Amino acid sequence: MMPNFPFLKNKKAEDKSEVFVPSRRDFLKLSSLATGGFLLGVNFQCAGPKGETITFAPNVFVSITSDNEVTIVAHRSEMGTGIRTSLPQIVADELGADWSKVKIVQAEGDEEKYGNQNTDGSFSVRMFYEPMRKTGATARHMLIAAAAKKWEVSPTECHTENSQVIHSSGKKIDFGDLVAELKDMPLPDPASITLKEFSSYKLIGKDVTIYDARDITTGKAVFGADVDLPGMQVAVVRRSPVIGAKVISFNDAKALAVPGVNRVVKIDGAGIPPGLDKALEGVAVIADNTWAAMKGREALEIEWDLGPNQTYNSAKQLEEMLQSTAKDGKVRRERGNFLTAQRAAGKVLERTYLAPFYAHATIEPPAAIAHYQGDGICEIWAPTQHPQWARQAVATALELDLDKVKMNVTLLGGGFGRKSKPDFVVEAALLSKAAKSPVRVQWTREDDLHFDFFHSHSAQRIKATIDKDGNFTGWNHHTVFPAIGATGSTTELHPSDGELALGCTDFPYDVPNIKIETHESTAHTRIGWLRSVSNIHHAFAIGCMMDEIAEARGIDPVKHALQMLGEDRNLEFKPETDGKYENYGEPIETFPWNTGRMKKVIERVAKEANWDQKLAEGKAVGFAAHKSFLTYVACIVVVEKGSSGKISIPEVFYAVDCGIGVNTDRIRSQFEGGSQFATSLATTSAITFENGIPQQNNFDGYQIIRMPQSPKKIHVHILESMEKPTGVGEPPVPPYIPALCNAMYKLTGERIYQLPFKA
Amino acid sequence: MEKFTISVNGKNHEVTADPDMPLLWVLRDLLSMKGTKFGCGQALCGACTVHLDDEAIRSCSTPISTVGSRKVTTIEGLDKEGHHPLQDAWVEHVVPQCGYCQTGQIMTAAALLKKSPNPSDAEIEESMAGNLCRCGTYNRIKEAILTASKTL
Repeated sequence: MMPNFPFLKNKKAEDKSEVFVPSRRDFLKLSSLATGGFLLGVNFQCAGPKGETITFAPNVFVSITSDNEVTIVAHRSEMGTGIRTSLPQIVADELGADWSKVKIVQAEGDEEKYGNQNTDGSFSVRMFYEPMRKTGATARHMLIAAAAKKWEVSPTECHTENSQVIHSSGKKIDFGDLVAELKDMPLPDPASITLKEFSSYKLIGKDVTIYDARDITTGKAVFGADVDLPGMQVAVVRRSPVIGAKVISFNDAKALAVPGVNRVVKIDGAGIPPGLDKALEGVAVIADNTWAAMKGREALEIEWDLGPNQTYNSAKQLEEMLQSTAKDGKVRRERGNFLTAQRAAGKVLERTYLAPFYAHATIEPPAAIAHYQGDGICEIWAPTQHPQWARQAVATALELDLDKVKMNVTLLGGGFGRKSKPDFVVEAALLSKAAKSPVRVQWTREDDLHFDFFHSHSAQRIKATIDKDGNFTGWNHHTVFPAIGATGSTTELHPSDGELALGCTDFPYDVPNIKIETHESTAHTRIGWLRSVSNIHHAFAIGCMMDEIAEARGIDPVKHALQMLGEDRNLEFKPETDGKYENYGEPIETFPWNTGRMKKVIERVAKEANWDQKLAEGKAVGFAAHKSFLTYVACIVVVEKGSSGKISIPEVFYAVDCGIGVNTDRIRSQFEGGSQFATSLATTSAITFENGIPQQNNFDGYQIIRMPQSPKKIHVHILESMEKPTGVGEPPVPPYIPALCNAMYKLTGERIYQLPFKA
Repeated sequence: MEKFTISVNGKNHEVTADPDMPLLWVLRDLLSMKGTKFGCGQALCGACTVHLDDEAIRSCSTPISTVGSRKVTTIEGLDKEGHHPLQDAWVEHVVPQCGYCQTGQIMTAAALLKKSPNPSDAEIEESMAGNLCRCGTYNRIKEAILTASKTL
């Protein structure tokens, strides 16, 4: 199971989630209730003969005990978006549970039980808003039916609140006191389940504090490396310095002489291509504690066959990629005839844009704990975004049946796409088996920056034509970057349709002649996906170019964007992409690309930022808008040059239409953080390779912004919307970068064509 | 390997360790106190911040042999009930996103407030500059420090 693009809603995985296989005889299916076939089950674990706690579990996501404890299962991974709060919040609101007393437990990775758990691509709320509401509503209906029967009243006279059923007369009963009544109750007809009116929600659409806030601030929250098992050893691995390198021989005598080091184990890693879910070749030092393992690793002597990537130089490749964009490429979208437009043009703007490799650099470096139990069972604890993929990868690596692998999910100390990949989890499993004990594999920061699945570097060339009357008539966009697919297949030389649909082939502006082309490049490292993926570089190039075009036409960039979006309408990309446009895995009929919604966020951000106002000396503003992951975002960044010449970012304005907003505080926090994340991408971060080796080793070389460099006031305006909810984890990042670059241009008079730029 | 006695959160602990072992790994691996986090190992990110007496230090780069009789305070010992004004302000402002760096942020902020109970914006920025947050919670961190400074 190697999903091609887990950041896009994976069709196959989702289809599979439709098949809910009851593991217990008393597990009844309630299939027609589901949207998109998402099945709910009903599970009654009623009182044992000894009178122990009775549990009412109307489905796998919620359970109520006879002492009125409501537990909701969070089946998506928490890496900072707040999803562990937001989805249970939906269930609780429909159920009428007392939120202050709701317990949230993290699901293990189990596709049969929970459906798709791949926390990626900003689609958790999009995919689960309806199923979670129906989950809560079903339980509410059953509880009300039980109470009404008991009181001999009509269910329509009852409602739920604070984990109680309440009759119109004022009579109340705890959910817990109804659990026994539910034992023989038939399942409600799905058609009888009604959802609450949006206006009556008390949690959905509100600011709700994250469930883990107190545990996090007191140090009790459990992240990947925080799991302790009796007899656990710690492994630190010396991995192939160049991707594809193989161990010829190694001498472990000095490593084994380090006090506390118990064992040295070679990991047979993948060669070329390295794959997305395999361990790298390496030699592991297994010790009593982390420090001993690190010292042991320093003492290892390894002779490597470095292989073909040892001559790789990223600056050289980027230059070659840039040259290639001047040639004809493979056409990926075509409308009209760009060449004709070019011949007739009064003016042709031609610009190139370069962006570097980026590392995810989560502050928690990868770590995972495995306990191979000798009887063919392996239990894992890992900070993984994709527990099912990790489970499968471990099963494959250990040649175990899937059901022999138990995958527990901890909190993630940041994810951003890195922790989708299960390579580090596989390492832990292999090493636990070799060491015959529980093992934590601990990555250092140097490991993290050298063995990431990097966001690809990229070269782009855009030509825009303006006719003699000043009309914007042609758009020719060349893009080239080593593709994610190349990590699994050496024949993947062009960006995929999926990567292009991330901000390139979905170019929304009403230009009569469009030609989008790609060029070949090869991957010499592991390429992955980073928060908003190829939207990062595509939005940078397009957002900056649109600013130049507006300037060349003598039109204000905000007015220009509104004008070029044209009439309010739904856009189609399939006819011009040979049917290959991918709408983030959703049918475009269900989630259309609507120019009217984009215009509204642009108008709103311009209004909130007072776009037309005159700014004080030393200040400038820049604008960009970009839709990604089905969410519409417009952004205005203010930059300021201080008396010392230092540039700062005093204010950022965002307007967002993400449909129905579930947890408004977490939406704002994603935008606040997204602008900070994007400031690093734009101004401080880059990975470069020489001789196949990343040249940045720690946070001194690979810099991310610190508090003094951070944008100060970040205003997030969420448009009120009753459209289907869409995600907000990634969409803040793409438009921010060109908005910042455009502001910098107004401040300094110099356009930015390469990231990162010196702020 | 040598024997050391260190005072952590008001309690003495005896540990046997390599004298070079950073305090971080003594806390995490030998004493099983997991609130102090590993981020970079080179005092560049601040995730491992604890107090040595009243000073915020990076435990990843502080060998156990240099601790001596100084008192170590970790996030677990900042307040017995877990309700230090900073911890409460952190919850009030819903500062954390992933949360991984936040114990280090709070320990740095707590040392700042001890020295400067009413810090200016510039003081906060300067003091907190050693603590990285990849999720980008810097503005809420600053707001929470200001809120806590009013209740101290």
